[in-house]
Amino acid sequence: MYTYNDTDRRLVAERVAQYRDQTRRYLAGELNEDQFRPLRLHNGLYFQRHNPMLRIAIPYGQVSAPQMRLLARITRAYDRGVGHFSTRHNFQLNWVRVDQVPDILAELARLDMHAIQSSGSCIRVVTTDPLAGVAPDQIADPRPWAEIFRQWSTLHPEFVALPRKFKVAFAGGPDDAASVRTHDLGFELVRDDHGRLGFRVWAGGGLGRTPILGQVVRDFLPWRDLLTYAEALLRVYNLNGRRDNAFKSRIKILVQSVGIEAMRRLVESEWRHLRDGIQTLTDAEVERIAAHFAPPDYELLPRLDSRFEFSRRFDKEFAAWVRTNTHAHRQPGYAAVTLSLKAPGRAPGDATAGQLDSVADLAERFAFGELRTAQTQNLILPDVRKRDLYNLWQEAKKAGLATPNVSLLTDIVSCPGGDFCALANARSLPLAAAVQARFADRAVLADIGEVRLNISGCVNACGHHHVGAIGILGVDKNGEERYQITLGGATGQQAAIGSIIGPSLPAAEVPAAVERIVEHYRSCRRPKERFIDTIRRIGAKSFASAAYARDFPNFENEREAANG
Amino acid sequence: MAKTLIKGDSVVANEWKVLRLAEGESPEAAKLPFGNVLVPLAVWRARKWDLVRRHWDQGHLLGIWLGPKDDPAQLAADLAHFSAIGVHFPLAGDGRGYSIATLLRTRYGYTGELRAIGAVGRDYLHFLRRVGFDAFEVNDPESAIDSLDDFSDAYQTAADGRLPWFRRAGAPALAA
Repeated sequence: MYTYNDTDRRLVAERVAQYRDQTRRYLAGELNEDQFRPLRLHNGLYFQRHNPMLRIAIPYGQVSAPQMRLLARITRAYDRGVGHFSTRHNFQLNWVRVDQVPDILAELARLDMHAIQSSGSCIRVVTTDPLAGVAPDQIADPRPWAEIFRQWSTLHPEFVALPRKFKVAFAGGPDDAASVRTHDLGFELVRDDHGRLGFRVWAGGGLGRTPILGQVVRDFLPWRDLLTYAEALLRVYNLNGRRDNAFKSRIKILVQSVGIEAMRRLVESEWRHLRDGIQTLTDAEVERIAAHFAPPDYELLPRLDSRFEFSRRFDKEFAAWVRTNTHAHRQPGYAAVTLSLKAPGRAPGDATAGQLDSVADLAERFAFGELRTAQTQNLILPDVRKRDLYNLWQEAKKAGLATPNVSLLTDIVSCPGGDFCALANARSLPLAAAVQARFADRAVLADIGEVRLNISGCVNACGHHHVGAIGILGVDKNGEERYQITLGGATGQQAAIGSIIGPSLPAAEVPAAVERIVEHYRSCRRPKERFIDTIRRIGAKSFASAAYARDFPNFENEREAANG
Repeated sequence: MAKTLIKGDSVVANEWKVLRLAEGESPEAAKLPFGNVLVPLAVWRARKWDLVRRHWDQGHLLGIWLGPKDDPAQLAADLAHFSAIGVHFPLAGDGRGYSIATLLRTRYGYTGELRAIGAVGRDYLHFLRRVGFDAFEVNDPESAIDSLDDFSDAYQTAADGRLPWFRRAGAPALAA
């Protein structure tokens, strides 16, 4: 992974010093709430329902074992011993104190971590495919490009006050595990007809209250031009994005209002001035950064490992875990492993300080000391010998990290919801727990197969409910906490925004509705047909009557309200 | 109107006034204050030669200020007339001025004083300087001036002409 040099460290240290002084002035009354807000947000600090929340940046999801231990220590010392992994790789603490945040940032800086641009109206922490560099079929490793972009976008002076947040993702292709189409700006690695590496550039995607999938703003961008093109696009957005209404200020609204053709022309005409300029990438720079992502010292191993095959055959529980929680690897004899943070009854994405320590131990013992955080709020050990999987599984089980449910219905993605967040209408966590309890039977769960279930506590859609095969959105209806169900959402190459199937339900009725939806799938599916594919084949509408166990001919008004 | 401001690396007396049109006030009729003045784009376009003659006759320096919606391209041919250009930030969160300054410096070649006016907080001085501002109307300039140096380095190029980090001598060679 990327190792900081003196410049990287100095910038982070100077950021801590700057923020310490800003906090001091705020607490002394020299900065009012409005003046302090953008400053704290640019350092990841939200003021929410009970207490401020600090979002610590984990750029493109890469984190080392020592860094994970540091997060554990901070979680113990400054929080209540539990942290939360977000849907964008990052790590959140829900019980920090405003006056202690500078100290937390100083501790983070010791191991090259920070909270820079993890929120606020700026270029946010860059994201990528959690299996980057190890997935067998990718076009190229997206991590060096994500790191190059991280450096360029860090403290970029022109873009410190954009109309709204700006999220950027890099995908290694050919699958889009980074979900570039739901980002403000997405770079998908591709090769042109001559085999040259570059990006297909997507712009104008985003979830939130107006979910829109990004469109191609440039079909092929040579890699050298990554930063000059990004600068042109960001400038067009900075100057033309709406600023009169926070709900209409993301780049997706600009793209919708001028049209993708006009957007393309605007960016290209700005880019003409910047192209081949000083920020054009060089071979030397790309080699320098790529060297940080060289593969670890893999052992040369056969594709099959007899001990692994033996354990898998004779331990059914292990076999079930292998099926869901391990992933194909480009290096023979290795696998990538998901450590599940979706144990029954636990808030999705939550980890105790003890678990963070365990994860660090596992990474050091089995996986070259490296970890990834995934958008699905799980952790990943990218490089594990198949031979070690059985031992790893046993250790992970002890730490409560081996729930065999990756990509299954109980691998729920959820925002922290109204238990923590000031914005949320609804408490997503108890709901997640209720759904998990309903599908506790492992055989049933396995039979249902791959289902992505996402829960957002409000229309800001931090739980990405629009792109869940089943999406659940908390809405406030005359002071009552209710939930609206969408079906058919997806990320990746087949990205889709789910459609609302009917009126909202009270919390108590949601798990049963989900169960009826799933039962409908089980009775309609073709052999080996996944849940999402059945929805695509027979349509989300056909699930509505199943979901409610009765008909609702008229729910158009409500749809309006929910889309806000 | 601030009595002092940051210019370059020091605090100096503010020798400029800013003309703002009241609601409905016509650019033709607006009364110019005595002395050096930054006029709005509308006044410049309506009274170009009056303003130039005023400068010649009375020796008062002429400047202009742009709001966030003003396109600096409209000034490209006129830049030589101005001793100073102001860029107005109605709110700290309205970042269009950063791009306007960048364009004035890098696209249109403006080399005179570029002044940040309006909601200019000390916490943004470092970034404002990097996009090309060299004068800052900020509260309490004596203490704010320290924030110009909040960061000693940067990764990327900007209107300040700093080379991207990776193009500078001293950037480390390839990792082993």
